[in-house]
Amino acid sequence: MAGIEVTTLHKRYPDGTVAVEQVDLSIGDGELFVMLGPSGCGKTTTLRAIAGLERQTSGDIRIGDTLVNDLPPAERDIAMVFQFYALYPHLRTRDNLAFPLRAEGLPKAEVQERVDEAARLMRLGPLLDRRPHRLSGGEQQRVALARALVRRPRAFLMDEPLTNLDAELRADMRTEIKHLQGELGTTMVYVTHDQVEAMSLGHRIAILNKGRVEQIGTPLEVYDRPASLFCAAFIGSPPMNLIEVEVADGKLRSQGGLVLTPPPGLPRDRRLVAGVRPEALEVTEPGAEGSVPARVVSAEWLGDEIIYVVDHGGQRDVRVRMAPTVRFAADAPVGLRHTGGPPPVYDVDTEELVA
Amino acid sequence: MAVSVNEAVSTGPGRDHTPSTRRRGGRGRSVLEVALLTVLAVVMLFPVLWMIETSIKENRDVYAIPAKFFDFKVTLDHFKDVFAASGGGRSALSVSFLNSVVVAGVSTALATVLGVPAAWAYSRFSVKAKKDQLFFILSTRFMPPVVVVIPIFLMYRQLGLIDNKLGLILIYTAFNVPFTIWMMKGFVDEVPAEYEDAAMLDGYTRLQAFWKFTLPLLLPGIAATAVFALIFSWNEFVFAIFLTSSDSVRTAPPAIAGLIGGTTVDWGLVAAASVVFALPVLVFAYLVRKHLVAGVTLGAVRR
Ligand SMILES: Nc1ncnc2c1ncn2[C@@H]1O[C@H](COP(=O)(O)OP(=O)(O)OP(=O)(O)O)[C@@H](O)[C@H]1O
Ligand SMILES: [Mg+2]
Repeated sequence: MAGIEVTTLHKRYPDGTVAVEQVDLSIGDGELFVMLGPSGCGKTTTLRAIAGLERQTSGDIRIGDTLVNDLPPAERDIAMVFQFYALYPHLRTRDNLAFPLRAEGLPKAEVQERVDEAARLMRLGPLLDRRPHRLSGGEQQRVALARALVRRPRAFLMDEPLTNLDAELRADMRTEIKHLQGELGTTMVYVTHDQVEAMSLGHRIAILNKGRVEQIGTPLEVYDRPASLFCAAFIGSPPMNLIEVEVADGKLRSQGGLVLTPPPGLPRDRRLVAGVRPEALEVTEPGAEGSVPARVVSAEWLGDEIIYVVDHGGQRDVRVRMAPTVRFAADAPVGLRHTGGPPPVYDVDTEELVA
Repeated sequence: MAVSVNEAVSTGPGRDHTPSTRRRGGRGRSVLEVALLTVLAVVMLFPVLWMIETSIKENRDVYAIPAKFFDFKVTLDHFKDVFAASGGGRSALSVSFLNSVVVAGVSTALATVLGVPAAWAYSRFSVKAKKDQLFFILSTRFMPPVVVVIPIFLMYRQLGLIDNKLGLILIYTAFNVPFTIWMMKGFVDEVPAEYEDAAMLDGYTRLQAFWKFTLPLLLPGIAATAVFALIFSWNEFVFAIFLTSSDSVRTAPPAIAGLIGGTTVDWGLVAAASVVFALPVLVFAYLVRKHLVAGVTLGAVRR
């Protein structure tokens, strides 16, 4: 087991595409580290560079204490699980699992033992004698995970391993992966573009955008204080309300008159945007204390909650998350007020967090 | 045919109530179609049937007027003549068949051995000006053999490759390599690169990964491609007739053509030689037909 250190990684493909502008990551030993970002932001490229399947244009990669820049994938001692599972189609599950071990030249008895252990961990018993084309997507994915496990590598790399599964199975597998990683204590880098997956899995999350790291932090940090407007819009469903505000009388005031508690250390003379989570707002009876007049534009009943889209005279409608017991009709006049603490505030021009 | 089947299916339980005119119309159409197809099949297959018939007729029946279609005496003498010389020993034709086997077999094997790895490289790696290179490779096939045969003849004369089996092998290989690269690149593209990635992470080198994982998945494609290459080399006539002259080097196509043109033509022998010549390709294509279909439909690997 080992940590992974990526410094000033830059990758330009021969056709001129810059897939990774600059990425610095410091992944701890035994950590479950998630790389999150939209399609095309360079997640796969970064992962493949760590695996050694792609040679970076510049920058260093260390696994443990070893500088692995010039090591071929085989000598990096890591296992990777692909979005497309890449099980060898002509081998039965048992042989698929045994394959990496035979490649290492382990004695038969030990191969058998490790295959059995991985099969037990991933509950593959009845599937051992089938070929991949006779396995369902979820089963194939479990085999792929088991195949990564048997080698007991120094680190796991996962490239959107659950994308091809349906929602329910995905949730199950998520739990399973998290549990497994905790049990084995092996460093894992997990790539996804699904923020729910990132939040529920990661010890820490790195948010990537256009080949750069926008923010690294625990799920809570990333959720509470997104480091940029990009992160603010990316994390959370529905995402943060980005409300243009002005500083007046020591308060933050939106165009529609909504008043927010300002965080300390606000800069002057800049156009500011406050990031307000839907659950930090409240729809009230019209005229309730501290509320501004507003109108319900639409409501989405999700069973365990209601998302109200509310127009309070600001530039954009805001989304409010409410308990399902609080019901307002569409188009009804209501009040809107802020209930949380000071929201993170961003500079409109630099799109960075300022306070 | 298909139309009438669809109608039968769609009418379903109410078939008995269908107006009889319509049913007759459907059947009439299908009868017409069958008739047309039969005529077409006869026209297309007649030369082949005639060739086979001629090869087993005695010489006087070959020239009989009116032609005898059914009531003739069957003889295998012509086939014997194809393989055995009249004075005993091997006939010139049988030598040419052997030459064809060697030339077509070796050139196909060479083209496959050279073309498949090249196709893999073009599929997997980013090569400078890949499209231009591939176009250039294909462009060598644009010119019909007749156009290039004179310059090649002159070059071969300098190199001493005239009337030499090696010369034919080389030129057929040169013609088949581009074809193999193009065909096989399509097949390699179909095999996900992740197999090799996974194998490399499992401790194999890139070449081992190709050899152990991608190659087995490519076998249907290789079979299909090789059959096409083989058929080209086997049937090739222009180079063969220009670049070889002696009986010991000549391949079958010019040798068979050489049977025609004397004062008397032994049509029975010509037909028998042609039948023998056509058989190997048919047999081979039949043996690999499963791979051929899988290969040609690009259904080799399900993603
Ligand atoms: N082999 C390649 N050659 C050229 N450009 C490439 C290559 N592979 C990826 N790219 C480009 O590099 C950029 C980053 O690709 P990458 O696959 O790393 O994105 P990603 O974050 O994994 O996206 P996704 O979520 O869709 O998988 C993309 O613009 C992509 O088009
Ligand atoms: Mg990707």
